[in-house]
Amino acid sequence: MTTDVPVLDDEIGVGDYQYGFHDPTDKYVFKSRRGLDRDIVHQISEMKNEPMWMREFRLEALDLFYSKPMPTWGGDMSELDFQNMFYFVKASQGQEKSWDDVPDDIRKTYDRLGIPEAEKKYLAGVKAQYESEVVYGSLQEDLAKQGVIFTDTDSAVRDYPDLVREYFGTVIPSADNKFAALNSAVWSGGSFIYVPKGVKIEFPLQAYFRINTQNMGQFERTLIIVDEGASVHYVEGCTAPTYSSDSLHSAVVEILVKRGGRCRYTTIQNWSNNVYNLVTKRAKAYGDSLMEWVDGNLGSKLTMKYPAIYLMEPGARGETLSIAFAGKGQHQDAGAKMVHCAPYTSSRVISKSISKDGGRAGYRGLVKATHDAHHCKSNVVCDALILDSHSRSDTYPYIEVNHDNLTIEHEASVSKIAEEQLLYLMSRGMSETEASAMIVTGFIEPLVKELPMEYAVEMNRLIELQMEGSVG
Amino acid sequence: MSSLLKITDLHVSVDEKPILKGVSLEIRQGEIHALMGPNGSGKSTLAYTLVGHPKYEVTSGTIEIDGVPLNDLDPCERARLGMFLAFQYPVTIPGVKVADFLRHAVTNIRNPARKEGESLIPMRDFRKELKDRMEELGMDVEFARRYLNEGFSGGEKKRMEILQLAMLQPKFAILDETDSGLDSDAVRVVSEGLRKLAGPQMGVLIITHHERLLEYNVPQFTHVILAGRIVETGDASLAHELHNHGYAAVRQRHPAEAAEEQEHQKVTSKAAVVAN
Repeated sequence: MTTDVPVLDDEIGVGDYQYGFHDPTDKYVFKSRRGLDRDIVHQISEMKNEPMWMREFRLEALDLFYSKPMPTWGGDMSELDFQNMFYFVKASQGQEKSWDDVPDDIRKTYDRLGIPEAEKKYLAGVKAQYESEVVYGSLQEDLAKQGVIFTDTDSAVRDYPDLVREYFGTVIPSADNKFAALNSAVWSGGSFIYVPKGVKIEFPLQAYFRINTQNMGQFERTLIIVDEGASVHYVEGCTAPTYSSDSLHSAVVEILVKRGGRCRYTTIQNWSNNVYNLVTKRAKAYGDSLMEWVDGNLGSKLTMKYPAIYLMEPGARGETLSIAFAGKGQHQDAGAKMVHCAPYTSSRVISKSISKDGGRAGYRGLVKATHDAHHCKSNVVCDALILDSHSRSDTYPYIEVNHDNLTIEHEASVSKIAEEQLLYLMSRGMSETEASAMIVTGFIEPLVKELPMEYAVEMNRLIELQMEGSVG
Repeated sequence: MSSLLKITDLHVSVDEKPILKGVSLEIRQGEIHALMGPNGSGKSTLAYTLVGHPKYEVTSGTIEIDGVPLNDLDPCERARLGMFLAFQYPVTIPGVKVADFLRHAVTNIRNPARKEGESLIPMRDFRKELKDRMEELGMDVEFARRYLNEGFSGGEKKRMEILQLAMLQPKFAILDETDSGLDSDAVRVVSEGLRKLAGPQMGVLIITHHERLLEYNVPQFTHVILAGRIVETGDASLAHELHNHGYAAVRQRHPAEAAEEQEHQKVTSKAAVVAN
């Protein structure tokens, strides 16, 4: 492994979270002052040398951000101080095509996270976003030759203006909610993917998001367009240092899956416990297409995230698999939205949440069908596992349907680890921690087995880490 | 030298109600003991107490393996010292494959000093061994891929317990009514399985109502438990007698315990009425 260990925060015990280290920031190219106003938005836009339409888009969104109230539901955001954040931090000059050209400190971080190694083994392309911008990018040559675009969204605005302008903000308008407005005003980085008609990308494209600065706000903006009959699997991972004061991650992800296309978007979110993770994700799925969200939420202080699928034309299918794990001091308000906008569409949601050590994990979901969306099917199953008596689980299923020519099923269960299960495993030589971890791993197994092997292993490893030291 | 499981004057309460009232028993590796007694006499309580079920509180007395006291050890530590219970009602662990579970269990039992996260025994060796044991017990190897006890029939669960016994090779195995609720074919399979496994390296305590398991695994010692005390110890013929004639004679020979048993049943049925 690497010999130079990055700086650890002296005041904070890193505890179980193994990605809690941070790098020095003295070599950064640019860091905005704290707080948010029109000048900051101008500054971001200028730094990026953007066309006027995008600057106007940002300023309009900023006004919407100011005018929208904070959500009164979900989690506690009373300590979230928008004026104490850094909205734009540029750690390096630009996006590199070779890890050797990425500044040392940053490259070592990604080494520790195992990204270059994974890239060699099983990824078709990688984007590494560090603070506000992407510092490294790659895409397999044959995919580029077939017309696949995988770049950071900043570059896409410059290099593919027509494509970006056609779709940007069409799935999630700035006015959608306060955090979508905030992202639209100050967005930076994120992935832009275009998969041309009929092109099927076999191996996943991966993006890796890392926050390093204290009180950092990361606002990546991702836009994925899967053209007719094409397919892609996109994976994102997220980590941050452990600090005593909070950071904010507020992304917007827009996806279009055209007729007969397939898109799977997998998130393994493992932010440190001082990150507010308030993300808007939405996909539009057209005729006979398949959109899948695989959403793993393990980290953060508060996550509010409900990946949505709008089923736009007959034959569209939507599927969301959601895993939320809330430990000490964590609140995972996760879920899914399925909006049936056309007849003969179907959706499925499987949610598994786990809470321990006073953590709170919940499912908040919406199934909605417009008045002409007849012959639709929706199936929602959410199971919660509570590991001790001071942890909490909530389920908020909302169903909005105006007619009865469709099938909607909803099942929910809440369980606790039974003393008898622990005894059984322990009597076979497993420690209490190992036994609990095994029960939790079994609980999420129906979801994990849907993941590609490498991510299934990663997910199980993260769950085991979460479980360590939790019993006693 | 063969190991010794020594139970001395053991008193055990559940929810502050005394169940075992001074049980003493010595089992050596290589011996087969039968424990018989009417319902509610404390047989399963003894089994759970030996493996360290937290609900069963030892109020006095000791349990030792080769002089090492087990009283303060948790079930995991006891298992690593060689204790094993084939459960009467094995629980389901959803989503956990039999093979994964057994690989962890076998690794821990064979390397008692192992900490969480340390490496498991090599997959290749483990698979081979598991396959061999399953074939010996006439089990479909497909079972290894199923979730532990999920959707298993009664007979399949009991066979799974015997498979675990075969893989873990404990010093001391307690079988809590492993033959109950099974049809005669299943009892035969389980009984034969145990006979193959029990040898000079294993001390066995068979808790049973039936005789079948004992036909295949003839006990050197039969103990009769009544109202929380072992009131008689004999050889295989005692088990035979109890099976044919029931406990009436035993109760006559031990009127004090029989009275206690009746008193206990009254209290229990009253409590049940109140609870209803």
